[in-house]
Amino acid sequence: MIDQKTIEHIAKLARLSITSEEAIEYGEQLTKVLNHFQQISKIETTGIEPLVTPAEIEFYARADEARHETTTDEMLMNAPDKAGNLFKVPPVV
Amino acid sequence: MDLTKASFKEVSDSVKQKKISAVEVAQFFLDRIEKLNPKLNAYIAINQAALKEAKVLDDKIKKNEEVGPLAGVAFGIKDLLCTKGLRTTAGSKILNNFVPPYDATAVARLKNSGATILGKLNLDEFAMGSSNETSYFGKCHNPWNTDYVPGGSSGGSAAAQAARLAMGTIGTDTGGSIRQPASFCGVVGIKPTYGRVSRYGIVAYASSLDQAGPITSSVVDAALTLESICGFDEKDSTTSTKKTPQFSKNLTANIKGMKIGLVKEYQNDETHPDVLKTYTYAIEELQKAGAEIIEVSIPLVEFAVPMYYLIAASEASSNLARYDGVRYGHRAEFKDLSSIQLEDFYSQSRGEGFGKEVKRRIMLGTYCLSTGYYDAYYNKACQVRRLLREQYINIFKKCDALLSPVTISPAFKIGERSGDPLKMYLNDIFTTATNLAGLPGMSVPFGMSSLGLPIGVQLTGAHYEEQKILNIACALEMASTAKGSLPNVF
Repeated sequence: MIDQKTIEHIAKLARLSITSEEAIEYGEQLTKVLNHFQQISKIETTGIEPLVTPAEIEFYARADEARHETTTDEMLMNAPDKAGNLFKVPPVV
Repeated sequence: MDLTKASFKEVSDSVKQKKISAVEVAQFFLDRIEKLNPKLNAYIAINQAALKEAKVLDDKIKKNEEVGPLAGVAFGIKDLLCTKGLRTTAGSKILNNFVPPYDATAVARLKNSGATILGKLNLDEFAMGSSNETSYFGKCHNPWNTDYVPGGSSGGSAAAQAARLAMGTIGTDTGGSIRQPASFCGVVGIKPTYGRVSRYGIVAYASSLDQAGPITSSVVDAALTLESICGFDEKDSTTSTKKTPQFSKNLTANIKGMKIGLVKEYQNDETHPDVLKTYTYAIEELQKAGAEIIEVSIPLVEFAVPMYYLIAASEASSNLARYDGVRYGHRAEFKDLSSIQLEDFYSQSRGEGFGKEVKRRIMLGTYCLSTGYYDAYYNKACQVRRLLREQYINIFKKCDALLSPVTISPAFKIGERSGDPLKMYLNDIFTTATNLAGLPGMSVPFGMSSLGLPIGVQLTGAHYEEQKILNIACALEMASTAKGSLPNVF
């Protein structure tokens, strides 16, 4: 059972504010979902390399050359708060 | 020419021959959207520059300049793909006012082919859903019966296509989000092989599963769209360098001798009788067309839903970490920014900006990746994923394609399944394995339920074998009992 305390911890890790009612609700729902999903533990996978991407991709890297595809103004266009050329944020230190 | 019935080729030929202008085509659909969209809520934004952009194409044609094969073809784009200068929301409050400074590669390629972009289509928030009920911009309705869902997450794309509020639409598919709504709305939908279409500029949900693809009214139009959007993109290193075949040129309904597999593990008692009837009829028609039907077994498909949700939620929890209210998107209001703790800044902004289903999946993913659970959930699911992919590769040595239902049932009523997340997740039983293995998959409209709702059938192909499933789809299209019927909203 994923209890309220665990949900609150997970929400903190995920940087998501939730109410205590939501924590209880999510706890019940995630418990139900994960109980159903437990079935994959039955499958034998010893020594099997996890598959992270389903396609056979050749490694590709472009030349390490600067490109100017977007202007500073375009990048600041959606800023919730800015000061000059900078995004304004709460103090980090 | 009835633009609600015309093919891409008919329209692009007429536009190039100056029999009709791109502006007239765009205007026709914009008028239709104005009239019918309020009943469906398929579009959440209209491209105010559509007519201007169409005129640029018409001017090029007047000067006898080269224009692309989709000249004048009017498209709607799922609001998950970035469109430069046109608001892109991912169906979420957290991106409510986001205006991308660039086009997604798939959008840029459509534009280069001459297409006009009409607007942005509704979807489940961040593509997380199977019913288009989680959008911040309101539910989308099925044009065949507006009490019913259009499916999801590309609900707006499928609904707009079915109601002909566009000539073609683009959706995305992570666990069935093109195929399922296409089936619910009676239109063609194809999810290409993972790596065929660039994910650059597509709001990421699950990076190892997401693929964009067309939702259209005919197989040939889907093939033409694929030709335009597929191909290596240096901005997405997961794209394939394989040359894009000329899908439309090689299209044929002659499927004599093709072997089509029916997956034993997909047989179950829960399948709706109307879905079973349509599926059985499809098998008969394929046999009449000369295909050989064989039974195959892919044991691990039974675990596809748990695998999918564990992997997708884990990837999503990482992908959605970027929505922090710093550089774009919703930022919570604080009286005094200088006294806020950074952690609270993030939590408030994200808590306010994301809807319930998105938060649920972020938390599921965070839990699965957290210390003590990573091996049991995420890592385990990835190991099983490798085994599943191998099972498919072996099966495709015995057959050319697989046939199955798309969903357990036809479209359900709005509100019917939204109260139970697990019940909603189990909708995806037939579609998720395709994404896990990276295979191409298609939904072809084929029948109708006793309540007058469309039912599609699903084709799955081997990696990069879109041509085979397009050809089988062509044969099915000719025999479809759903052909020619139009939704009530018309």
